[in-house]
Amino acid sequence: MKWLAAILSGLLLALPAAAADYAALPGGSFPSVLPADGKAAPAQIAPFALRTEPVTNGEFLAFTLKHPEWRRDRIAGVFADGDYLSHWASADSLGGSISAAQPVTRVSWFAAEAFCESEHARLPTWYEWEYAAAADSHRADARQDPAWRERVLRWYGRPSNVPLPDVGGSPDVHGVRDLNGLVWEWVDDFNALLVGSDSRDQDGADKFKFCGAGAISMREKENYATLMRVAILSSLKAPNTTTNLGFRCARSK
Amino acid sequence: MKRLFALLCLLLVGTLHATTPLPGDSIYQLNAQLTDQGGKTWPLDARRGQVQLVAMFYSSCSMVCPMIVDTMKLTQKSVDEADRDRLGLLLISFDPARDSVEALRQYAERRKLDAPRWTLARAEPVATRQLAALLGVQYRPLPDGDFNHSSELLLLDPDGRIVARTNIIGRLDPEFAQAVDKALHASSN
Repeated sequence: MKWLAAILSGLLLALPAAAADYAALPGGSFPSVLPADGKAAPAQIAPFALRTEPVTNGEFLAFTLKHPEWRRDRIAGVFADGDYLSHWASADSLGGSISAAQPVTRVSWFAAEAFCESEHARLPTWYEWEYAAAADSHRADARQDPAWRERVLRWYGRPSNVPLPDVGGSPDVHGVRDLNGLVWEWVDDFNALLVGSDSRDQDGADKFKFCGAGAISMREKENYATLMRVAILSSLKAPNTTTNLGFRCARSK
Repeated sequence: MKRLFALLCLLLVGTLHATTPLPGDSIYQLNAQLTDQGGKTWPLDARRGQVQLVAMFYSSCSMVCPMIVDTMKLTQKSVDEADRDRLGLLLISFDPARDSVEALRQYAERRKLDAPRWTLARAEPVATRQLAALLGVQYRPLPDGDFNHSSELLLLDPDGRIVARTNIIGRLDPEFAQAVDKALHASSN
């Protein structure tokens, strides 16, 4: 049985890994919910490329077979909590109830980052992710359209105990899929979005806790669909894993 | 070349610590290279073996960072004189773009942070973000070159486990100072 698994994983490794698709995004000046200067400045986003789909179970399994230090039975506790990849049947197989085409979840920030590095990429920054996710099928920024917001919020309301759909939703104007509606996604700077809840009040009791000219204040308060995502990402620690948190990778131009 | 260097580091560390594997919750599990104010580059786990205070900062910060350094000095002074030399002090920059080796060296000189007791270090951007994530330090660049950041002092045991942290800056945190004493005593046995 063991040798069979070995042969199978050997075969898997031998298969030429289908290179992931990346779409080019132009970037530019983007009014983020998190102003760059803490007041009103838009984010300046350099042209970049974004993975068209989130990383799947199948892709992540191939990664752990190639880089065994990221297997769930070998990973150092400092890089991932105890639930890391715990939905898989074993450390080196998905099992029958998991689809290889589902987005991988229960991955830590460290693991997501290591995966991206393995395909010569990195995690997107929050600004890159937010900018990409503002698109719909025919506009780069559809956020003012109530239909866009409605769609995002409808997904938030979906129960998390039903199996995740496979990746491959309909593409947006950039050719990117599944940014809204499938899983939450890690970003590179997840732990820097809200530098402390009291940081807006530099003269308050916490004035020594934070350093810097202007702290972040949130614009477009009506846009709570995006703010919810900021709040969730900000509540995470880098080794955390959750049942509906996955990732995709990005590349600088 | 990079691989060769990593291999050499591994061999070196391997010979030093061959007997005891790193605990899983040690920050030294991270394979990162740091460069100090003297221009020397070493793997993060070269810090293994001593109790130390760690904080992240950037040298052009004029508000809270000087107070972080002052608080590290205060904490160090609170330690019994006999134990003081065994306490390492490590400042890691989260501004690798501007904190060159020279900038770190000048900062150390200006603030009288003498080697070998004090180490001021920089890492490449990816490693810097990883280190901040491990240490639980938050920072965010602002367009004017400043940063918003949380201010925290961490205490590492000789194996690189975070055994205490404080965000009391500007004065001595007695509980944290006690944890430092305890860690130093434990490591002397």
